[in-house]
Amino acid sequence: MQLIWDGLFVGSFYALIALGYSMVYGIIKLLNFAHGDLYMLGAFIGFAVLSSLGGIPASLSIGALLVVLLLSMLLTGTAGVLIERFAYRPLRGAPRLAVLITAVGVSFSLEYGISAIAGPNPRSFPIRLEGEVFNLIGARVSLPQIVLMIIAGLLMIGLNGYIQNTSTGRAMRSIALDRNASLLMGINVNAVITRTFFIGSALAGAAGVMAGAYYGKIDFLMGFIIGLKAFTAAVIGGIGNIKGAMLGGLVLGFVEAFGAQWFGGQWRDVFAFAVLILFLTLRPTGILGERVTERV
Amino acid sequence: MAMLEFQDVEVFYGKVQALRGISLNVDEGEIVALLGNNGAGKTTTLSTASALVRLHSGSVRFAGKDISKAHPWNVVDAGLIHVPEGRRIFSTLSVLENLQLGGYLVKDRATVAKRIERVYELLPLLAERRTQQGGTLSGGEQQMLAIGRGLVAGPKMLMLDEPSMGLAPLIVAQVMRVISEIRDQGTAVLLVEQNARAALKVTDRAYVIDNGATTIEGRASDLLTDSRIVDAYLGNG
Ligand SMILES: Nc1ncnc2c1ncn2[C@@H]1O[C@H](COP(=O)(O)OP(=O)(O)O)[C@@H](O)[C@H]1O
Ligand SMILES: [Mg+2]
Repeated sequence: MQLIWDGLFVGSFYALIALGYSMVYGIIKLLNFAHGDLYMLGAFIGFAVLSSLGGIPASLSIGALLVVLLLSMLLTGTAGVLIERFAYRPLRGAPRLAVLITAVGVSFSLEYGISAIAGPNPRSFPIRLEGEVFNLIGARVSLPQIVLMIIAGLLMIGLNGYIQNTSTGRAMRSIALDRNASLLMGINVNAVITRTFFIGSALAGAAGVMAGAYYGKIDFLMGFIIGLKAFTAAVIGGIGNIKGAMLGGLVLGFVEAFGAQWFGGQWRDVFAFAVLILFLTLRPTGILGERVTERV
Repeated sequence: MAMLEFQDVEVFYGKVQALRGISLNVDEGEIVALLGNNGAGKTTTLSTASALVRLHSGSVRFAGKDISKAHPWNVVDAGLIHVPEGRRIFSTLSVLENLQLGGYLVKDRATVAKRIERVYELLPLLAERRTQQGGTLSGGEQQMLAIGRGLVAGPKMLMLDEPSMGLAPLIVAQVMRVISEIRDQGTAVLLVEQNARAALKVTDRAYVIDNGATTIEGRASDLLTDSRIVDAYLGNG
């Protein structure tokens, strides 16, 4: 029971970040290597926002966290939009490798930019969510965990509804399938891509703030491993597939929780990446990939 | 009055010149065929009108406005709708969602819903399949969906690129009937076809494109017996 809960908790973080990864890949076939760093950026923006607000009574911490969360999402989303506009858009139509190298460059710029501004040492987050641990059907669970999971869940449900039921969401799916045909529908593809970057980055930022508040420590490299994990989650679910990214995040959370339990915690990351390699070689389309039945 | 007007349009793909002087016009309510062999430049002509490709020189006007430098969404907004070669249905989206995307720029949802109902009346087979994924339809059904999707935009003019491609003769006849009906309701149509015989039967006038330039223009009924057309495009069929 404990393992399931742990897997679910970590997995929902992975899912939040994997969503942005997958949305961006789906719509412009770009592996945004800087995506994990947007998570880091979100955490630091949350840090900056909280610090500038001054002291917040601990009793208000969850309400305050929500406000900070929204603000940080807005700012991280904007950062993502700027990155797309100035780093990726000029390269649209350029060879894939050039774009990939640019993405790695953006990633380093974010990491060392933050390191230069905030210092290379870990900072402790101004809010630390603490709560009593209680027993829920056999698992040790804390209130902050539940709150964070609810927030993550709501964000994902909201996003799914947006993508399935709104006109912009439909446009995102159509661009992912056929960009030129989407142009012929009158879709301003650039505007929709901008929005996709905004949402994906905002979700990563949200995960960053929540991680900061939960673990209490942030540093400029915190996005690196989690970026790889989110990529893994996206691949597990079928990259470009929104539901797949959520599912992939949870699956990865479980794999890690169970793997760490059976083989020891130091194997956790090895497990995650073994799963990545397994999927890339055996089923590169992921669990939910290739659902299309096409007839010509 | 001219709805769509090309004047000496030239287009390059990189260094390769695809259009070397296209001039044509389609009047309000008219249905005009654009004929020509594979690679002649028919698709490029339509893509130039819908702003998917940029023109090098010349001009394209639609409904009185120069659209040579417009964005694709401006062209759609102006009412010029391009139904592309190969249908280009969004395969994992449902039939209904494909139709809804056709009305992407229409602000009023009720209008979109009403137009979709009208498409269902015109093409009842789409109504039966509204929840099915677009990719699961047969070729003929996909072509009907592509046309229906174009109609939801509320076009002043439709440009159809080889709607008969890969379809059985019976289905081709159905598609041509639908195209005639659309024209009868007042929408201008530019019909690109390699199947010249089928196209000339439903159109008023036709242009022939050869090697990127418009070469022959005439009334469809005349062209059906014109020896230049009969030899080159109608075969002995
Ligand atoms: N995307 C492209 N890039 C380069 N050349 C192209 C492209 N599309 C078409 N062409 C070339 O332009 C010419 C006209 O093509 P097209 O307009 O598709 O002809 P049609 O529709 O009449 O068969 C052909 O020689 C074709 O090879
Ligand atoms: Mg063609």
